Amino acid sequence: MGETKANLYSESFQIEGGNFNSAGIVSTSIKSILKKLGIPGDIVRKAAIVSYEAEINVVSYAKKAVVNLTVKPGAVLIDVIDEGQGIPNIDLAMQEGYSTADHRIREMGFGAGMGLCNIKNYSDDFHIASEVGKGTHLKMTIQTPST
Amino acid sequence: MNIEAIGAALGLEVKCGRESLGKNVTGGYTGDLLSDVMGNAKEGYIWITRQVHQNIVAVASLKELAGIILINACEPARETLEKAEAEKIPILVSDLPAFELSGRIYNLLTSGS
Repeated sequence: MGETKANLYSESFQIEGGNFNSAGIVSTSIKSILKKLGIPGDIVRKAAIVSYEAEINVVSYAKKAVVNLTVKPGAVLIDVIDEGQGIPNIDLAMQEGYSTADHRIREMGFGAGMGLCNIKNYSDDFHIASEVGKGTHLKMTIQTPST
Repeated sequence: MNIEAIGAALGLEVKCGRESLGKNVTGGYTGDLLSDVMGNAKEGYIWITRQVHQNIVAVASLKELAGIILINACEPARETLEKAEAEKIPILVSDLPAFELSGRIYNLLTSGS
């Protein structure tokens, strides 16, 4: 369960790699939390898109991941830290249309090489770091109007 | 125009989410790539696809789409229907292929009726 102190909220979630049936559960939770906190709808939708894409990447390529959601004045931060194969060439992975997805993933309509592009486009700030054989860390920031 | 009216005009079969058929449809998006829909569909759009697995419900719900229409008489998977019912996402089915169905819905939405 998350904790709330004046304008600040944080919660962690787990994602299990390979389980397409549960894909979307974490992003749906993040979305409903942000809605309850009164975050404006367009920001909630951006957070939902970036967290869903990150979740699908974990399900598709990693063993497991931790997702940390932090809401602070002026920003929503979503960190996704996975344990998995990692990305050998981040520049290539960031190219629209580039994908290493197998047939099974593509058949479901994933693996079109658009996920990381969506994350970049819908985040106000995005950092990606990866180590082959260890895992990948995505850091996404979405700005909120400061009150 | 709401989903119920689109369904009636085109003879679509309603599979689930009847309680949300009154949702206003603001536009449409046709595609089978989930990230494409995630990135480009907008709130209130109707989504035309041939994907039948349960992940389409998560995409529709996260993007606040008005509903999903399956083409070519595709049958939604059982888990898809269960999830869609829980998330109150209408799923309808058309016998038409994507091109024709999209064209007809486009005409309905732009004819001002």
